[in-house]
Amino acid sequence: MVNLVWLGMIVLGILAAGARGNIEIVTKAALDSANDAVKISIGLIAIMTFWLGIMKLAEEAGLIRLLARLVRPVMRFLFPSVPKDHPAMGAIVMNLSANILGLGNAATPMGLIAMRELQKLNRGREDTASEAMCTFLALNTSCVTLIPTTIIGIRLLYGSADPTDIVGPTIMATAFSMVAAVFVDRLLRFYYTGRRG
Amino acid sequence: MLDIISELSRWAIPVILLVVPLIAALRRVKVYEAFVDGAEAGFTTAIKTIPYLVAMLVAIGIFRASGAMEVLVATLSPVLNIVGLPTEVLPHAIMRPLSGGAALGIASDIIKTYGPDSFLGRLVSTMQGSCDTTFYVLTLYFGSVGVRKYRYSVVLGLISDLTTLVASVFIVRTFF
Repeated sequence: MVNLVWLGMIVLGILAAGARGNIEIVTKAALDSANDAVKISIGLIAIMTFWLGIMKLAEEAGLIRLLARLVRPVMRFLFPSVPKDHPAMGAIVMNLSANILGLGNAATPMGLIAMRELQKLNRGREDTASEAMCTFLALNTSCVTLIPTTIIGIRLLYGSADPTDIVGPTIMATAFSMVAAVFVDRLLRFYYTGRRG
Repeated sequence: MLDIISELSRWAIPVILLVVPLIAALRRVKVYEAFVDGAEAGFTTAIKTIPYLVAMLVAIGIFRASGAMEVLVATLSPVLNIVGLPTEVLPHAIMRPLSGGAALGIASDIIKTYGPDSFLGRLVSTMQGSCDTTFYVLTLYFGSVGVRKYRYSVVLGLISDLTTLVASVFIVRTFF
C-alpha cells in the first residue's frame, strides 16, 4: 500500500506538471522537500537526546513501570501482545497524553521511544511492523490535541464571533475516529494474521 | 474547561522535569549519569529517520507542487457529492494526511473565503483539528526503528481519517 501511494504521488505529480507545461517545478519540489526532510531529522536530534535522557531517569526510577501499571486494564485490551507493565506501555501513554495536551515537541520523542520499546518485542522481523505498532500508530494519528490552537488563531484572525466553538465538535470527531481506529485495527489484524498464518 | 487544559499544558513539562529527577534521586539513581546514558541514543534515532522522511516528503512535494491535486479533486468530486461531502473541502481532505502545513493553508483559505462561522468554515476547522498528518507520522515513527513493511497500518490510518471526515460533516451539521 505504501509503495503504491508513494509511486502514485510521484507519477501523478510528474504527469500533471508535464501536462500543465510546468515540468521544471518537479526538480525544484523534489530537492526542496528533501532539504525539508533532512532539516526535520536534524531538528529531532536535540529533542530526542533531551527526552531520551529524561525518560531514562524515569525508567530507572521505576516511574514508567508505575505508569504502565496504572493504565494496565485499558492497555491489556488494546495491546494484548505486549507483556504487562512493559515500559512500552508507559511510553505509549506518555505519547498520547502529550498529544492530547498539544505538547508537540514532547509527543514525538515519547512516540519514538514507544516505537523503540515495541521494536524490542518485535524479534526476528525487524523490518516489518508488529501488530502492536499498527495499533499504536492508529491511536496516535487519530488522537489529537484537545485545543487546536493554530486553527483557533486563524478563526480569530478572520473575525469569528466565537473562535473556540469548534472545540466541542473537534473533540467529538476525534472520539469517533479513535473508536473507529480501535475497531478497524481489530478487524484488519484478524484479517491479516489469518491470511498469513 | 479550556483554561484548565491550557494551564495543564503550560505546567506539564516543567512538572515532569522537576518530579522525575527528584524521584530518581530519592531512589538512589545516579541522575546525571543515567541521563547521559539514555541521551546517547538521541543522535542515531534522529539520523535514522532521514532516508524515510526524504523518500516520503519528496513524493508529497512533487504531488503538491505539480497541481496533480486539481486532477484528483475533479475525479473524486462526483463520488463525494453522492456521500454528501461538500466538494469545497475535498482538497483539504486529500492534503490533511499528507502535509499538515499544506492542509492548514487550504483551511485558512476556506475560512477566509466563506467566513469562519459559515458551515464550510466550521467544517474545515473541525477537520483540521481532529485529523493528523498520518503519512508523516507513519514515516517518522516507523523510520526511527527501521521498519519498512508497514503492513495494514496505511489502510488503517486512511480508514480512520475517512471516519473523522464523515464524523466531522455529521457533527458540524447537527451541532450548529
